[in-house]
Amino acid sequence: MLENFVSPYDAHVVERLAGAGMVTLGKLNMDEFAMGSSNETSYFGPVKNPWDTARVPGGSSGGSAAAVAARLTPAATGTDTGGSIRQPAALCGLTGLKPTYGAVSRYGMIAFASSLDQAGPMAKSAEDCALLLNAMAGFDARDSTSLERPAEDYTRDLEQPLAGLRIGMPREFFGDGMDADVRAAVEAALAEYRKLGATTVEVSLPNSGLSVPAYYVIAPAEASSNLSRFDGVRYGYRAPEYTDLNDMYSKSRAQGFGAEVKRRILIGTYVLSHGYYDAYYLKAQKIRRLIAADFVEAFKQCDVIMGPTSPSVAFAFGAKSADPVQMYLSDIYTISTNLAGLPGMSLPCGFGQGGMPVGLQIIGSWFGEAKMLQAAHQYQKAADWHTRMPENLK
Amino acid sequence: MSQWEVVIGLETHAQLRTKSKIFSGSSTAFGADPNVQANAVDIALPGVLPVLNREAVVCAIKFGLAVGATIAPRSVFARKNYFYPDLPKGYQISQFEVPVVQGGGLAIKVGAANDPNATAIDKQVRLTRAHLEEDAGKSLHEDFHGRSGIDLNRAGTPLLEIVTEPDMRSSAEAVAYARALHALVQWIGICDGNMQEGSFRCDANVSVRRPGGPLGTRREIKNLNSFRFMQQAIDFEVQWQINEITEGRAIQQATVLFDPDTGTTRAMRSKEDAHDYRYFPDPDLLPLEIGPDWIAEVKSGMPELPQAMQARFHAEYGLSAYDATIVTASFSMADYFVTAVASAGAANAKTIANWIMGELAARLNKSDMPIEASPIAAAQLAGLIQRIADNTISNNIAKKVFEALWNGEGSSADEIIDKQGLKQITDSGAIEKIIDEVLATNQKSVEEFRSGKEKAFNALVGQAMKATRGKANPQQVTDLLKKKLGA
Repeated sequence: MLENFVSPYDAHVVERLAGAGMVTLGKLNMDEFAMGSSNETSYFGPVKNPWDTARVPGGSSGGSAAAVAARLTPAATGTDTGGSIRQPAALCGLTGLKPTYGAVSRYGMIAFASSLDQAGPMAKSAEDCALLLNAMAGFDARDSTSLERPAEDYTRDLEQPLAGLRIGMPREFFGDGMDADVRAAVEAALAEYRKLGATTVEVSLPNSGLSVPAYYVIAPAEASSNLSRFDGVRYGYRAPEYTDLNDMYSKSRAQGFGAEVKRRILIGTYVLSHGYYDAYYLKAQKIRRLIAADFVEAFKQCDVIMGPTSPSVAFAFGAKSADPVQMYLSDIYTISTNLAGLPGMSLPCGFGQGGMPVGLQIIGSWFGEAKMLQAAHQYQKAADWHTRMPENLK
Repeated sequence: MSQWEVVIGLETHAQLRTKSKIFSGSSTAFGADPNVQANAVDIALPGVLPVLNREAVVCAIKFGLAVGATIAPRSVFARKNYFYPDLPKGYQISQFEVPVVQGGGLAIKVGAANDPNATAIDKQVRLTRAHLEEDAGKSLHEDFHGRSGIDLNRAGTPLLEIVTEPDMRSSAEAVAYARALHALVQWIGICDGNMQEGSFRCDANVSVRRPGGPLGTRREIKNLNSFRFMQQAIDFEVQWQINEITEGRAIQQATVLFDPDTGTTRAMRSKEDAHDYRYFPDPDLLPLEIGPDWIAEVKSGMPELPQAMQARFHAEYGLSAYDATIVTASFSMADYFVTAVASAGAANAKTIANWIMGELAARLNKSDMPIEASPIAAAQLAGLIQRIADNTISNNIAKKVFEALWNGEGSSADEIIDKQGLKQITDSGAIEKIIDEVLATNQKSVEEFRSGKEKAFNALVGQAMKATRGKANPQQVTDLLKKKLGA
């Protein structure tokens, strides 16, 4: 749809990073319109995981993750609507952070689901992510959902010790859905945290099981509307032949969008339709509020929440692409933070089956990025998983 | 007709007079070359976001205050989704479930607009709501070798959509409401009211029913951009619906267009083709919150409203209801009147109103000029009227001075009176002398009068006035002449 489209303006995050002296090397591959968890929906063909080129790098920011993992660039940006920074970071052995909703301006990001989208950094370490976030975050009057708050130094607490840190372990994140290798690595990481002076406490997010279904109502609903502008009229793909206006719309969109994008537009159109709106969209919004309320309760008992980023390590190409629901479930642990607007990050915490990296997810309270980064950095001072790189690159 | 009751509700789109668009910084000025006033937001490039223009909200608050409505403390922007080439995002940002202005009403006078002797019927039209939204662009279906052109200059222009309850019972009432609304939005400065340029457009929902019966099925006449067309379109539509029903055909809900060339309405789309707009709250915009402080601030900057002004003019200056309505027909007219009264004093207010409605209106009308372009400023008219009041000039001479002021022969009434020697002669000695001369040279008229011909008296007055070139005080002339003739 946008193969030859060159934006005549820069996104806020691009302006900010350029202003901080960063050099943009180029654009990276991703799932089409950020809709995918494996990079297999990319119009340009899938990105391969540098740890094992038979496996997916995760998605949707799979190109960003693979480029950093392959040491082609020290850092990359990604966008995260349901896990699109954290899941590929986990699958590629990186540190990636999705900020609190409203911390980073969405101006210039192609919207997937406006109420969930956030841009964030992907790099080797928490310290790099903190430095990148210092440049990327901040109020932007061009995004009405950007929050006007004083500028923060996200590196300020990095060197603070973790003694007294209360880590919440959601019962629902440590159930049956997680593979054994992922569980082993995550539990080892939590043991390491206890050694560093943190305490762990079991918390509950009782509605988290509803996060995937609620997300797959809200995100497609917003996407179906956000993607309406790609109509072949002003820019982007237009079908070469058509009979009239409606035919031009139908053919341009049928030919210009991939299957996953069309699936989500159809779902979104359906849930917003007359007669279905209350049953789907409104109900999903109610669930969203319940999910946020669960986190409010949980954060009464802890400072950060930890658990797996993804239920499995990177899977083989084709393993889930035939079953969209299986694919959607790979974001089961990341989606609830987007629905609640919370910050979340993933950092490497070991290796699992096939020598593939495992990601530990840290979820902070609203605007708790500095606390999250502190926890990640202190762990990375004690463990060196984040410094490992694929054998074939050495 | 009396066995049918007509039911009409109106939806009006008023373009708001903001400098920039409702969600972008582009200019809203009319008439620029196509697409030069369309920036990245207006053409919906990937990644752009809307930012609400506060001035558009101020306009909505002003309107809400002017019609006695509730200003919602929290209202929500929603997306109305449909595909059309002049709708760049594929959705229009509007308000749906929670509009910014809720309720309110507008007082109208039916049947008295052009006739001081007719009894106007007062009526209150209830408003359902008024909400903020963005205008679409324009599709240009000509001059492109079989293709259509798209001009996005208008895309994103702020609109206030004002919706009434189905309270109007005739085309005359609908037109009276539309005129009153048209005057009001200009009065409070939120819309320029230019109907040719599309700044003020109405849709009319029309149905007919047996009096007291359930509401009939309505058809919506779209895009009425003149009061005359509104009247014609509704009248045609009503007759058409009555004929259909009378001939046993049920009315189908539909959207229709009025063709001014044929004076008929024709269906554009039926209910079956109606869009499902899939409204949902726009996640790019926060709910619009309006606190009491903001409302108070807007209120303090509002002009006095026409109805309050009419009541005040009646109470303070003794203007009749009709006169008060005429001098408050537009904000500029009222402003002219108020300025003139401030200059000439309240005692002259009635005379000022008469001159504005009489001499000035006629002259402006003849020259096809709005009152704000009048060559005679309010203070100049006030100066003229003061000279009538203090007997410096008569009414007849005043008309001459008015003409001279209009033609720019002087900067004030005083200057013209002085320069052209038009000061009224009020010295009884001087007038007496002239009367004596008139009596001496018009013996025939004197005899005729004495023999009972009343008309001859008027001829003598005329001669005396003529001898003074109209400057003698006519009352004094009459009195003195009567005395001389012993009448």
